[in-house]
Amino acid sequence: MEYQLETPLTDEDVRKLEIGDIVYLSGLIYTLRDRAHQRAIEYKAQGKALPIDLRGAVIYHCGPIVKEEKEKWYIVVAGPTTSARLNRIEPEFIEKFGVKGIIGKGGMDNGVLEAMVEYGCVYLAFPGGCAVLAASFIEKVEGVEWYDLGMAEAIWKLRVKNFGPLIVAMDTHGDSIYNNVAELTPSLDEIL
Amino acid sequence: MLSRVSAKGDDSLREETLKDAVKKLIFKAVVELPEDVKRAIKRAYESEDSELARIQLRVILDNIRLAERERKPICQDTGVMIFYVDVGAEFPLKDINLERILSDAVQESTREIPLRPNAVDPLTRSNPGTNVGPSIPYINWNVIPGVDYMLITAVPKGAGSENMSALVELPPVEGLRGVKAFVLESVIRAGGKPCPPTIIGVGVGGTAPVAMKLADIASLRKIGTRNSDPFIADLERELLEKVNSLGIGTMGLGGKITALALHIERAYTHTASLPVAVRFQCWASRRASLRISKDGVIEYL
Repeated sequence: MEYQLETPLTDEDVRKLEIGDIVYLSGLIYTLRDRAHQRAIEYKAQGKALPIDLRGAVIYHCGPIVKEEKEKWYIVVAGPTTSARLNRIEPEFIEKFGVKGIIGKGGMDNGVLEAMVEYGCVYLAFPGGCAVLAASFIEKVEGVEWYDLGMAEAIWKLRVKNFGPLIVAMDTHGDSIYNNVAELTPSLDEIL
Repeated sequence: MLSRVSAKGDDSLREETLKDAVKKLIFKAVVELPEDVKRAIKRAYESEDSELARIQLRVILDNIRLAERERKPICQDTGVMIFYVDVGAEFPLKDINLERILSDAVQESTREIPLRPNAVDPLTRSNPGTNVGPSIPYINWNVIPGVDYMLITAVPKGAGSENMSALVELPPVEGLRGVKAFVLESVIRAGGKPCPPTIIGVGVGGTAPVAMKLADIASLRKIGTRNSDPFIADLERELLEKVNSLGIGTMGLGGKITALALHIERAYTHTASLPVAVRFQCWASRRASLRISKDGVIEYL
């Protein structure tokens, strides 16, 4: 199935999705990598408010190349980064902040999958390295937070239009294409 | 594509001209994929049966074209810059401070292209924003006897593929089967993380750092070339076929093409050792070279 979705996402939006579905996404999304995840969790523990509202949000595992011209930010290119680096922190993140969608590449582990089932969140895969194409779906940079973390690790607020094709690779029903692929992988004894 | 820039000046190359040439080289490396890599991705698209893999390979091919047209970096991970400098023993290097020229070229390119400022201190993670720091850009020096030119290759090495590098010291009794098993295990463990379809470099023998260096060189070898030793060339074919029977596919979402190529380089080793190293290049396998004659004529290869 193919879906056009608009952020913020509802529980209903994501629970209907199944692995193999294709999504084209519009609305506001936030880039978050390792450092921003860590700081958000720290803020939560200290009872401090985040500079962005993550409820129903779609986060993008991405560290873009950004250019500043006449005090305005422009995305040069912005493809997905390896999501697996965030395996350890993401379940707590999904639980605490109510994130509904994660755009990334390479997939995440079963700890994250369990959180997705429980709290209603999907993993949307976009091919790694496709940074120019991904940037072509970004209409506007609506701002940046935590720029002190550096260009790659800051939170960029991006207005996107028909960002896709995003492949639903992990869903709220406990299915993961990565797990399916791993199950089908022949054992070394079979191939050697 | 071939272009020429003449270095003005008399006996020695002017450093400014060389720096500008290296900046052009860096730009070419991050914007355009080498022809052999593009051809291999097209072939993968044509031969792939998996629908999800085909959707993604189509996106990848569109992205490659768009990057060339818009003159923008193919991938936002413009890596840390690694240089390979093959310098002829007859080349007049003594008047050139190449380390400084390469560092300056990287720093200026970071601002001008721009490149993503990726280079950080490994312990404090502080980022100077320049892509320059101790041993970065890194230069792999190689002196070639009897040659009067210098060849500079720029490789922007992204972290997705870098982080999947693997090394083992096998007990020699594990033998050829152990070598094959380690390569396949490394590919399985890497899954979709190094942005497959990848180019896999395998280094066998030497000592640990030698094996890793050989794997690195193997991962940068042109697709379609084979090791000159027929036994190793056969092993390259066999292992590529086995890797592509794993079903990992484009970006780990399944498919029959997990690697575009698999190259092996070999060194003799200690009788009690069997080091094996595996290194990946993502599909966006970026590398660009230029050659400078001793008279200062620069040619982009």
